[in-house]
Amino acid sequence: MNDPLWLMLIKGVAVFVVLVLLVLFTIWFERRVVAIMQVRPGPNRNGPFGLLQSLADGLKLAFKEDMMPRTADKVVFIAAPLIAVTCAFTAFAVIPFGPEVSVFGRETLLQLTDFEVSVLLILACSALGVYGIVLAGWSSGSAYALLGSLRAAAQVISYEIALGLAVLAVFFQSQLLSTGGIVEAQAEGIPLVVGSLELTLPGWYFLILAPSFVIFVVAMVGETNRAPFDLPEAESELVAGFATEYSSLKYASFFLAEYVNMVTMSALCVTLFLGGWAAPFPASWWPAANEGWLPLVWFFGKVMAFLFFYVWLRGTLPRFRYDQFMRLGWKVLVPVSLVWIMVLAAMNIGLDSGNELPTRIAFTGGAAIVVMALIFFWPTRKPYEPPAEPDTGLGGFPVPPMDLAVPPNPRGLTELETREPATAGAADDGTPGREREPFSGNPASPEAKED
Amino acid sequence: MIVDLAQSVSTGESVAFWILAPLALGGAIGLVLARSAIHAALMLALTMMCLAVFYIMQSAPFLGFVQIMVYTGAIMMLFLFVLMLFGRDSRDSMFETLRGQRFFAVCLGIGLAALLASGLAHAVTGLTIADGPPTVAGAGGESNVAAIAESLFTSYLFPFEVVSGLLTVAAVGALMFAHVARKGEARGQKQASRERFAPGSYPGPRPGPGVFATSDSTATPALLPDGSVEQQSLSEYVPQRQLTPAEAAPKHTEGRDER
Repeated sequence: MNDPLWLMLIKGVAVFVVLVLLVLFTIWFERRVVAIMQVRPGPNRNGPFGLLQSLADGLKLAFKEDMMPRTADKVVFIAAPLIAVTCAFTAFAVIPFGPEVSVFGRETLLQLTDFEVSVLLILACSALGVYGIVLAGWSSGSAYALLGSLRAAAQVISYEIALGLAVLAVFFQSQLLSTGGIVEAQAEGIPLVVGSLELTLPGWYFLILAPSFVIFVVAMVGETNRAPFDLPEAESELVAGFATEYSSLKYASFFLAEYVNMVTMSALCVTLFLGGWAAPFPASWWPAANEGWLPLVWFFGKVMAFLFFYVWLRGTLPRFRYDQFMRLGWKVLVPVSLVWIMVLAAMNIGLDSGNELPTRIAFTGGAAIVVMALIFFWPTRKPYEPPAEPDTGLGGFPVPPMDLAVPPNPRGLTELETREPATAGAADDGTPGREREPFSGNPASPEAKED
Repeated sequence: MIVDLAQSVSTGESVAFWILAPLALGGAIGLVLARSAIHAALMLALTMMCLAVFYIMQSAPFLGFVQIMVYTGAIMMLFLFVLMLFGRDSRDSMFETLRGQRFFAVCLGIGLAALLASGLAHAVTGLTIADGPPTVAGAGGESNVAAIAESLFTSYLFPFEVVSGLLTVAAVGALMFAHVARKGEARGQKQASRERFAPGSYPGPRPGPGVFATSDSTATPALLPDGSVEQQSLSEYVPQRQLTPAEAAPKHTEGRDER
């Protein structure tokens, strides 16, 4: 990376502009997609398809009155949104957009900067970005904001571990810590010979490191505080969480930081697991697809797919309860990651040592043990057993008697005169009335609902 | 000796040093002087950040970023987490529990500083500037990360494992301290529902404070239609406040006609 200063400036400004435009687009996109999922039009007034809606909202936010609570800690209150936005933008500097291109006659990579440990820069930025949220909540001097920031602190610390362990698997596989290097390492396909058929699987890590990919995606949503893990700003519990006391541009900065983080995490996921800017088909189909400026299309296409995934999650899933969320992080994601990394290390050592008999035995035995363990420990649900007697509670709750005869509907008396009244357990008298099961327990049981 | 070393650094490095060194020192001094525990923690975070940038400047990027992630990102965040639970307005008590504590603290502090300075002076005497960071052949060519990994997993393997064992034991110990055995069985959904519908318990939501009252403050109880206080609307944590007739009277702020 030996670019002249002017080229670095151009790239820096380009990254900034791309991020801001993507944020504006994502807000509109999210609102439109969620609207379509909820069968309503969504914002469609400002500009073609409402595309300028988020720009208008941003301008409106900027011109609102900037309020600061009397109990706020002034310096920290102002510093918090700055920290959040700075960290969010910095992380994007190491994302590779494409291969070498020529800009004004100079060959350069489509990446602001890259160095030996650039993935760690993104992780460090996301770790520091939490300071923005946590300090915002603390300095506001409000109970809701403090609760939001406490949640944010606990949430990000927990999910950072799962995220780091998922990324660790990528480091294992590529033996590299630089974003550009990892993209190049994924470019080679994996030859696979099945019988006489020769296949080339894509070398993208989401295939080889599928468990890590799943863990990364879950942890990534937790790390960016997005639905269904948006507990720090749960609007139905904490007003707006850590941002309750913020207004005007400061609030807009948090909004911006959240969406920039979404874009960055999507881009990181694409870089680490989905081949970065590589075209989503074998290179032999169209060799020119991975050269010049064209990879920008593939890269942003994949990032958009991830952004859609974020929106889809938000439109579909209800918010987690806090204990469920922590249980998922500590008791599922972290242990699974640890075990998977052990397995991966063992497999790498085994593959390096050549295809000897002990290795084969170990692999087959290990696989067999895993399958057995899965069969044994697969969580099962106890089948529902309807209670023999109705639940009368502590003696106070009125429960209908077991031999309840439902009286006829007085409004339909004239039409129903010929029919027998529908009685519970009346199937034995041979009337053509509706057949009902004898009362078998609680009225809310699935059995009772079926008929 | 140290002057010789200082003269041979590049301009960029010395500019960064003279910007960051005062910041790091200021953070350290601010840590001691800050009255609020959170401000002190933030100052410490600033110093750690500056140290991390120093590491990166010394061609140890891995160490620098791990410093940011682990110390600034995780450990300081845990500190903050605990400090935030104390409340915003808690200040350090300036009361001296030990007589003459300050005098001895200053003496010992000077002694420690002298000890550290002499040790540091011994350590840096006779140092020469290396051409670059130590590297070994890794996956991406010559790599500093691979060199760190090699020394960590060969010559320093035993100390590394001992430290990780120590940390694990400390974590388990902390868990043991924090663990509180649950008293009795956990209350299930059915049990909770039965208790809610038990005789003498009103199963519906409690009336909100301020309903039928003269104020919408949460400290104001709800009034029943006959004017008496609805006891269920009172929170045991919020001090009760009933407006006097003078307070409840209209303030004539409704509009121009009222004036």
